[in-house]
Amino acid sequence: MTTSSFAGRTTAVAARATDLSKIYGQGETQVVALDRVSVDFAQGEFTAIMGPSGSGKSTLMHCVAGLDTFSSGSVRIGDTELGSLKDKQLTRLRRDKIGFIFQAFNLLPTLTALENITLPMDIAGRKPDKQWLDSVIDMVGLSGRLGHRPSQLSGGQQQRVAVARALASKPEIVFGDEPTGNLDSRSGAEVLGFLRNSVRQLGQTVVMVTHDPVAAAYADRVVFLADGRIVDEVYGPTADAVLDRMKQFDAKGRVS
Amino acid sequence: MFRTALRNVLAHKARLLMTVLAVMLGVAFVSGTLVFTNTLSGALENSAAKGFDHVDVAVEPEYQEGRGDRVGRTPELTQAVLDTSARVPGAASALGVVKGFTAIADKDGKLIGGGFRSEGGNYWGTKDPRYPLTAGTAPHGAGQVLIDSETARRAGYRVGDTVRISVDGPVLTPRISGIFTTDDGNVTAGGSLALFDTATAQKLFGKPGTYDEIDVKAKAGTSQSALKAQLDAALPKDSTRTTTAHKLADDQARAISDSMSSMKNGLLVFAGIALFVGTFIIANTFTMLVAQRTKELALLRAVGASRRQVTRSVLIEAFVVGTVAAVVGLVAGIGIGAGMRSLMESFGATVPDGPLVVTPGTVAAALAVGILVTMLAAWLPGRRAAKIPPVAAMSSLHAQATTKSLVLRNTLGALLAAAGIAVVLAATTMSGDSGQAPMGLGAVLLIIGVFVLTPLLSRPLIAASAPLLRVFGVAGKLARQNSVRNPRRTAATASALMIGLTLITGMTVIAGSLQHGIDKMASAAIRADYVVSMANGNGLSPDVDRKLRSTEGVTATSPLRNAASRIDGETEYLTGVNGAAIGELTDLKVDEGSFTVGGTEVVVDRTTAEDHHWSAGSHFTVSYEDGKKQRLTVAGVYEGNEMIRGIMLDNATLAPHQSDPTDMQVMVKTADGTSGAVKDRLAEALGSNPAIKIQNKKDISNEIAQTFTLVLNMLYGLLAMAVIVAVLGVVNTLAMSVFERAQEIGMLRAIGLDRTGIKRMVRLESLVISLFGGVLGIGLGVFFGWAAGQLLGTSLTTYELVLPWGRIVVFLLLAAVVGVLAALWPARRAARLNMLQAIKSE
Repeated sequence: MTTSSFAGRTTAVAARATDLSKIYGQGETQVVALDRVSVDFAQGEFTAIMGPSGSGKSTLMHCVAGLDTFSSGSVRIGDTELGSLKDKQLTRLRRDKIGFIFQAFNLLPTLTALENITLPMDIAGRKPDKQWLDSVIDMVGLSGRLGHRPSQLSGGQQQRVAVARALASKPEIVFGDEPTGNLDSRSGAEVLGFLRNSVRQLGQTVVMVTHDPVAAAYADRVVFLADGRIVDEVYGPTADAVLDRMKQFDAKGRVS
Repeated sequence: MFRTALRNVLAHKARLLMTVLAVMLGVAFVSGTLVFTNTLSGALENSAAKGFDHVDVAVEPEYQEGRGDRVGRTPELTQAVLDTSARVPGAASALGVVKGFTAIADKDGKLIGGGFRSEGGNYWGTKDPRYPLTAGTAPHGAGQVLIDSETARRAGYRVGDTVRISVDGPVLTPRISGIFTTDDGNVTAGGSLALFDTATAQKLFGKPGTYDEIDVKAKAGTSQSALKAQLDAALPKDSTRTTTAHKLADDQARAISDSMSSMKNGLLVFAGIALFVGTFIIANTFTMLVAQRTKELALLRAVGASRRQVTRSVLIEAFVVGTVAAVVGLVAGIGIGAGMRSLMESFGATVPDGPLVVTPGTVAAALAVGILVTMLAAWLPGRRAAKIPPVAAMSSLHAQATTKSLVLRNTLGALLAAAGIAVVLAATTMSGDSGQAPMGLGAVLLIIGVFVLTPLLSRPLIAASAPLLRVFGVAGKLARQNSVRNPRRTAATASALMIGLTLITGMTVIAGSLQHGIDKMASAAIRADYVVSMANGNGLSPDVDRKLRSTEGVTATSPLRNAASRIDGETEYLTGVNGAAIGELTDLKVDEGSFTVGGTEVVVDRTTAEDHHWSAGSHFTVSYEDGKKQRLTVAGVYEGNEMIRGIMLDNATLAPHQSDPTDMQVMVKTADGTSGAVKDRLAEALGSNPAIKIQNKKDISNEIAQTFTLVLNMLYGLLAMAVIVAVLGVVNTLAMSVFERAQEIGMLRAIGLDRTGIKRMVRLESLVISLFGGVLGIGLGVFFGWAAGQLLGTSLTTYELVLPWGRIVVFLLLAAVVGVLAALWPARRAARLNMLQAIKSE
């Protein structure tokens, strides 16, 4: 097992893509969304994936998270190779080992906040770990609103429910797809704070796709994608550093 | 506006599919009914007209009403009348018609044509223009008979074969002298016709020397009306009536079209129910389309469209949808109309040939019904669309039902339902006829009330299903919650199913209770082991009673003989019985006096006694049909029922006054009870007559049950269309739900609910909605069945509510099956949803 080192800690890999390609269409109309991408996501690390629109950043996340199929290469979550899994096994893997946070919150309007948080475990038919659940709920500061329905919560609160839902089942890895995209900056900062805390305090692994340099600055590491390839990587990023890097893409985008 | 509407229709093709199907089925039902009945009546009128080719003027006896002490009677058309008719100057020929019942047995001894359609007649002379022979020769004497070609074909008879036939009791075994073809409506409808020579027919049918009708053919150059005038002048006015063939044909055509139009109206009622159920689907679909387009419609308003224009754009969409559905439905209906004929033929009925009749009226009716129903159902959603404020263009909210409107709705519904229940309950205390109208009104009020209340009722009723759904884990829980998310839509969907099941359950309850009541009535007062009667309900020859009485093992018999008489200047029917045995054969409650029948002593049922102010010991004078008078004494008053009632007197007293006595039935008591051997012996004693039924109480019950089963099955078949439309409604609602909740379903898939789970979720939602409708429908049906029974009970004393528990369970299961079937396609769609697209799309 490969290890990577960061901030003096040596950790195992939570997810890994090797020579991952995703090609849409055939012949003339063929579009290469991912072009032999290899990347590791270490355990206990907060990674942001950035890149201009159409760079393949979302596709990369979807493939690694078992939401989408890929054309060639391999993806592992922990010890499991995704390429060989059937839909049923993939579903079970997502249920048991992966947490998701979506841009549009995606809560069920008919369920209360608490029911939304425990939904993945309800689906699995498992009892939630009470202590863990309480600590997650505490961390996102939802104790007083567990009985509310999504329509009674603000956008920031809804996304906090979504964060709690992603963490509550103690997944091996949490994926976020533009988790702050629909939030104002203050709520966004809160959510990003929770994600970083979950990594720092609880040892969670988080991978997040974003186009916001400020959001990316919360991560331990930023991976830059362009045209379906990984073009750069920054450890311990700051918003300014990320913004500068992004500007290069924009300039390139404009001339090309 | 029209182009926008048309584009909208095209853009939502898939979502409008169920709506189109629902309207189409309704329209197909309507146009199928019209095409079929028009075609059938056209063909029947054609064949009826052909039947009058051989006649120009028909002479019939004129019935003479009873007057004073004289019993009403039909005068005889004697040979003299025939001869007079043939001698008028304009007459070319005159032909005497004799008709009667004649049962023909097939080679296994079974009756051909089911009894009611076993007819007999005479073959006139050596060449009868009515019945062209295809084989053999005209019959001569009692040993020869002609049978129609259709019957011959079915039973495999040929000229020279011996055939068992029966007219009123004794079995005859004549030889088939020939086979003829006929357009006789009775034969084309699957019956049989046997012809004898005229003298034999007259003797067999109990009218020696007389005719039922005389058909006169005019000489060339004499018109029908001229011939009629000559006949009127020559024949006695008070006892004969003449009619031209033109008028006969017209009358018959009118009779055919009358009976067709009642059949048509009956079918159209059921088509109407199916269409009504369809309106719920249409309304649901358009409500959803409007809700999804809130922003777009608000934008139209913002840029200056008036409310009316917005409503109109929705109505134009409905018009397009309605037109498409109506046209497809019309085509399908014409197909159904054509198919019905072969279907009827496969049931054994021969439908006369004729072209398929599609009148402009049918086309217009089908199109009008389809378009109007769709537009009417879309009208409310259209109004709601117009109420969308322009500012809604800026907000992302879908137009949600406000709580206020549900409060109003619930209040209105509660008032309607309460009023409906009150009126129905009040109607149950009234007597039969006067209670019908209020009961109908109450039923309509209650159904509307419950329909209005369904959104409110859905919450507690569906919540009650929670413990059951819990078994299915998350899928069950989500299904329950999803089903109450849009209470109006769930309500409309469930109501559609409710209507069908209300009718089905109500009819089942009424039919079951009625059957029980009639069964009880038919058998309660009978102590006889067997009742012997003619298969078609005609009279039996007194010979039958004599033969039965002398059969080994028979201990008592009594015929029930009908005889008209005049008492106090009114016609009263007497029942002639075997006075010595009747007490042993019946079990009638005696209110006054004693049950003694013999000599001048008679027994009278309570109703008749009350009409005449008689009691035990009263005397009255009766005038028999031969004009003789007799003074009779009321020995006892008994509790009559619908089967046995009236004045019972001894046949010995009655017989001298009757020229041609026939028995309606003969009751038989045997030493061995109702064992199979006894029955065989009785049948043998009667010469194994195919036309005679020998039934014990159980056979009678079975026969009654069969009649009810047949009627119920027909009603089920007709109501099936309403249920099918309701199923489409459930499919429609589920498809909408899946479409609207695509994002949620995508998320559920992403966080780990597998395809099976998604499918189960949709299926359970479908099940919940269907069972909700089913429970409401069955509940209402039982209530209406009970209420209608209270009314029926006033005229049928033995009526009593019988709840068909087995059937009710079957109906509940049916609702469940509806749910499962309706979910097949939507569940599949939900499970196949592209997860990523679903999550991203907003």
